[in-house]
Amino acid sequence: MEVAHQVWLIARRSLLRTARQPGTWVPPLLFPLMLMAVNSNGLRAATHLPGFPTHSFLAFFIPFSFMQGALFASGIAGVDLARDIDTGFLNRLALTPVRGSALLLGQIGGALGLGAAQAVVYLSVALAAGVHIDAGVGGAVLILVLAVGAAAGFGGLGLFLALRTGSGEGVQSMFPLLFFLLLVSSMNLPRNLIEVGWFRDLATINPVSYLIEALRSLVIQGWNGEALGLGFGFTAALIAVSMLLAARQLRVRMTRT
Amino acid sequence: MPARDAGIVVEGLVREFKDVRAVDGIDLEISPGEIYGFLGPNGAGKSTTVHMLTTLLPPTAGRATVAGYDVVRDGARVRARIGAALQETALDPFLSGREHLRLQASLHGIRGAKRTTLQDDLLARVGLTQAADRKIRTYSGGMKRRLDLALALIHNPSMLFLDEPTTGLDPQSRAALWEEVGRLSRHEGVTVFLTTQYLEEADVLADRVGIIDHGHIVAEGTPTQLKAEIGRSTVEVVPESPEETPRLSALLTRFGVPTAGKPGATAVQLEGRDGLADVVRALDLEGLRTAEINLHSPSLDDVFLAKTGRTLEGADEEPA
Repeated sequence: MEVAHQVWLIARRSLLRTARQPGTWVPPLLFPLMLMAVNSNGLRAATHLPGFPTHSFLAFFIPFSFMQGALFASGIAGVDLARDIDTGFLNRLALTPVRGSALLLGQIGGALGLGAAQAVVYLSVALAAGVHIDAGVGGAVLILVLAVGAAAGFGGLGLFLALRTGSGEGVQSMFPLLFFLLLVSSMNLPRNLIEVGWFRDLATINPVSYLIEALRSLVIQGWNGEALGLGFGFTAALIAVSMLLAARQLRVRMTRT
Repeated sequence: MPARDAGIVVEGLVREFKDVRAVDGIDLEISPGEIYGFLGPNGAGKSTTVHMLTTLLPPTAGRATVAGYDVVRDGARVRARIGAALQETALDPFLSGREHLRLQASLHGIRGAKRTTLQDDLLARVGLTQAADRKIRTYSGGMKRRLDLALALIHNPSMLFLDEPTTGLDPQSRAALWEEVGRLSRHEGVTVFLTTQYLEEADVLADRVGIIDHGHIVAEGTPTQLKAEIGRSTVEVVPESPEETPRLSALLTRFGVPTAGKPGATAVQLEGRDGLADVVRALDLEGLRTAEINLHSPSLDDVFLAKTGRTLEGADEEPA
């Protein structure tokens, strides 16, 4: 109970500071929407390809926005923690009875809050633009859960890098790599329609593809157990690995006796 | 008011960082309720010592107890009894002063009406009631330091660690902080461990002073004791005409060792205790007209010079 309260206290602070810096969350909120608008029009012709799973490229492309939003949100969590290390705020917290686990889970609170808010906005925009969620209301809820899960997983990586490097620049250096993972996934085409062999292979071994495909399946297919299993499995593994790495690094960074 | 807890006992404390021995076997004994000034230049080992005593950094060797608890074995108990305002002004620019106090109090398990009362009392005590709901990014340096002190006191600690608390403050803010620290020690029995680069701060505030240099304690005692050890005053003379400076220097060196003075002045550290009258008589006999004559009692800077071969201001440079 005490740990849960500590998580809430740290998360509340994380949410407040995120909300009070519009410069950190407005562009990450808008950029995926802009990309969604551009790509859903510009790449609409792809829906005429034989075997393309839907007639709406917007419905096909919307999962990419959730992933992109999760990435941006996770960057905020990492950069904020790096700033706390740099200013000594982490030391201030270390001098209180706060538990390390509460510190990590709380620090990620801002990212989760932002991830959830972004997902709601993207979903609302998609619905307003005429996208139909095949899996219904339950599917829409699951989309939000997956999007927040992805924010938590990538957020854990951000925390790990912040603790490892102690600098915001160190955290930001992760983004080109994560963005590359997004680009070489099945974000623009289903894997079976990617004709370039090496690209298809990269998309197949890239776990981000499975997260996108799980989200996509809820929008355009309904309930696809295999896609959801892979998507949730990857998300759970990402959260577990990234938080484990962050927890280990916290013990190195916060060496209180 | 009597002190509320045991003080600080340090035996052979060492901290190494790779090849650097930042703290090299220091011993300290600080009585409960005492204000101990830890004086030294940048990189002398002050902050490293504070980080070890506040449990934020494990020592490489040696032993320390704070408020009666071992800093390595009983870290959580030590933390429950200490408050710390560390060198970095570790505040969140996007939270208000009141939100900082609320977070800090809640993490210490203080809730409800007690927390609200405590917040209001501390804000009033450090003069931040009016600014309590403003974001920290609008605070001045002095306001941040005062909030830092309030945060360190939120759980009513018996011991306070202040790491260079007045660095960068204007004289008025500095004096206000000194007054509050003095009050905490005198009226609430709080033991204060204060690091500083300012000699005046140590002189005014500390019951006892330890001077650290290159990880070693080179002198320790009350400011009066330390200055008495040096025992020599400095006389500083400004000639009416700058052309008289060589003649003045030659005359003054008969009375003591040349030392640094203000621009345009010639200064010597007097050999004897009653040398000023002799200096004035000699100046008169030689017909040297002066614009200004000053006599300085020994300062902690003189103590630092005597113990390390450098002045504190130039202590980042190696001794000649």
